[in-house]
Amino acid sequence: MTERFMLSRRDLLKTSAAGAALGLASASFPISRAFAAAVTVGFIYVGPKDDYGYNQAHAEGAATLKAIEGISVVEEENVPETVDVQKTMESMINLDGASLIFPTSFGYFDPHMLAMCEKIPDMQFRHCGGMWNKDKHPMNAGSYFGYIGMGQYLNGVAAGHATKTKKIGFVAAKPIPQVLLNINSFLLGARSVDPAITCQVIFTGEWSLAVKEAEATNALVDQGADVITCHVDSPKVVVETAAGRGAFICGYHANQSPLAPEKYLTGAEWNWAKVYKMFVDDLVAGRPLPNFTRGGLADGFVKMSPLGPAVSEAARAQFDGTLAEMMKGGFSVIKGPLKNNKGDVVATEGQTFVEAAIELESMDYLVEGVVGSTA
Amino acid sequence: MDATEIGLWGVPLAMLGGAIRVSTPFIFVSLGEAITERSGRINLGLEGTLVFGAMTAYAVAVMTGSPWLGLLAAAAAGLCFGLFHGWICKFRGVNDIAIGIALMLFGSGLAFFFGKPFIQPSAPDLPAIPFGGWSDVPQVQAALNVNVLFLIGAALAVFLWWAFRNTRAGLILRVVGDSSDAARAMGLNPNTVRLIATGIGGALAGIGGAYLSLYYPGSWTEGISSGQGLMAVALVIFARWNPLGCFAAALLFGGAGALGPALQSVGVTQGYYLFYAAPYILTLVIMIATSSSSRSLAGAPGELSITK
Repeated sequence: MTERFMLSRRDLLKTSAAGAALGLASASFPISRAFAAAVTVGFIYVGPKDDYGYNQAHAEGAATLKAIEGISVVEEENVPETVDVQKTMESMINLDGASLIFPTSFGYFDPHMLAMCEKIPDMQFRHCGGMWNKDKHPMNAGSYFGYIGMGQYLNGVAAGHATKTKKIGFVAAKPIPQVLLNINSFLLGARSVDPAITCQVIFTGEWSLAVKEAEATNALVDQGADVITCHVDSPKVVVETAAGRGAFICGYHANQSPLAPEKYLTGAEWNWAKVYKMFVDDLVAGRPLPNFTRGGLADGFVKMSPLGPAVSEAARAQFDGTLAEMMKGGFSVIKGPLKNNKGDVVATEGQTFVEAAIELESMDYLVEGVVGSTA
Repeated sequence: MDATEIGLWGVPLAMLGGAIRVSTPFIFVSLGEAITERSGRINLGLEGTLVFGAMTAYAVAVMTGSPWLGLLAAAAAGLCFGLFHGWICKFRGVNDIAIGIALMLFGSGLAFFFGKPFIQPSAPDLPAIPFGGWSDVPQVQAALNVNVLFLIGAALAVFLWWAFRNTRAGLILRVVGDSSDAARAMGLNPNTVRLIATGIGGALAGIGGAYLSLYYPGSWTEGISSGQGLMAVALVIFARWNPLGCFAAALLFGGAGALGPALQSVGVTQGYYLFYAAPYILTLVIMIATSSSSRSLAGAPGELSITK
């Protein structure tokens, strides 16, 4: 026992010396890197980056950065929302020399990204979502997100013209505020065409469950819904199943029209290229990066897929008109008088919520005309 | 009644349709596992085989344009996985459950690795036979669009049930599964029989995977299986190693899985998480209802490592 202790004391000295040297080295490392001409940016995805969905939208944004001279991009796919993502961030910084990391999935933020922000305070982290709060979170962290509800409103306009049964369907993952806003916007867009339209929603409970998404789509079509959209990580299964059953489709996250060119009306897509370019420009110019970044259609954070061949002239006219209205800014999807589907008033006469309204980020209701429940 | 308004009839119809659509991978994996377990081995790796089969089928179908070649390739890939498991397990001191878990992870990982370039392209689907032509209701027609693999699975279940009892091969399989010593006394080599049984089990699981990626839901994504292979292995025990029981259990599971979305679609929207648990609750209830202290694990092969 004593012998081992003696040995370990010597070892302790050696180790601490080595540790100190290592600490010095790593402390000086970021400084030397700051003078390097090339900037490395890291992207972390929760799924495959060609999923026709959420991850693809981010990867397309990352791909545009690769074309810029002096910028190199490191990416990792299929990183679970566990301590794994911390290891990925750490290796991107220490091995690849990344100075800005974009962990793109919701569950990466707390506690994983926050832990890394604390551990490596001179590196920048920006998370996709609405979680960053300046009172609670470190300044080398931040969040960026787009107001894609407007896109779902425009999807609804196209759907409202296309539906014959006056019933449209929504396959949703979980009843969180962003998803609820999308569902409500989709219906309100359709109701701007015909106030008699209803929207049936089915929650699958998970972001990615192929078989359940297919079942949900079939159930919606069985109940007469003839235009389907969704908010799941990869809309591929929903789009293919709905098209197979003869329903029209409004896309989400990315452009899914190659999957069903005849049935695809339009889609609400992210335009992360614009956002990532903004961050990288700031980084290269040595400006401080913004911590709280939001934008919608007018800011170029969100875009619409080109209208498909099934969209009628009347639909096209109303779609373009509404889009032009939105591009001017100040357009409100949620405006009074409006009730939720339990009959409670959520917006009184004259009350409007623009897309940036902070109330919308805590939405917990489905509006009148949506058949479904949040729990 | 309007042809598109089926209201509450949608629920039983969706369960029927769901049973037919969703059950097929369960049928193939559980029948394969039934053969393997009847020979006295457990292959937990079928989840990995299922995922790898799904990827192989999709990749080959994309490249050749023929879903049938995809199906064949998936079966061949499954066969290789099964034979590999069977071969390793013949060595002394090797635990079949541990190898199964290793192969499950290996199969999924390999499928993700090779499957990368095939997430985007669309593959041709396996054909379905429309049995709903007699009805004018489009929903009934859709529900009765039965894939050929489902019919093959049903026929296979009956055949295996008959073959286990009435053929020489079935007898050999059961002897090896119940007592290695008796099998050796009869001049049989248990390892060879188990190797073949595990190989066939793997091939069937591969076919189940092909159904997932080539028919329903009909695309290759990394989350396509979400544990169906594991559930199917559990179904075998639930079905007490009886192929007809496996078929029934798979149907029950498919139908119960369709309950959640169907109920939401007719407006029963409260507590959908509970409805999604329906298949598992049902399994538990039946397990409890049919359990008895006097004949616990009746029908279990004697050589199975869980009964030893």
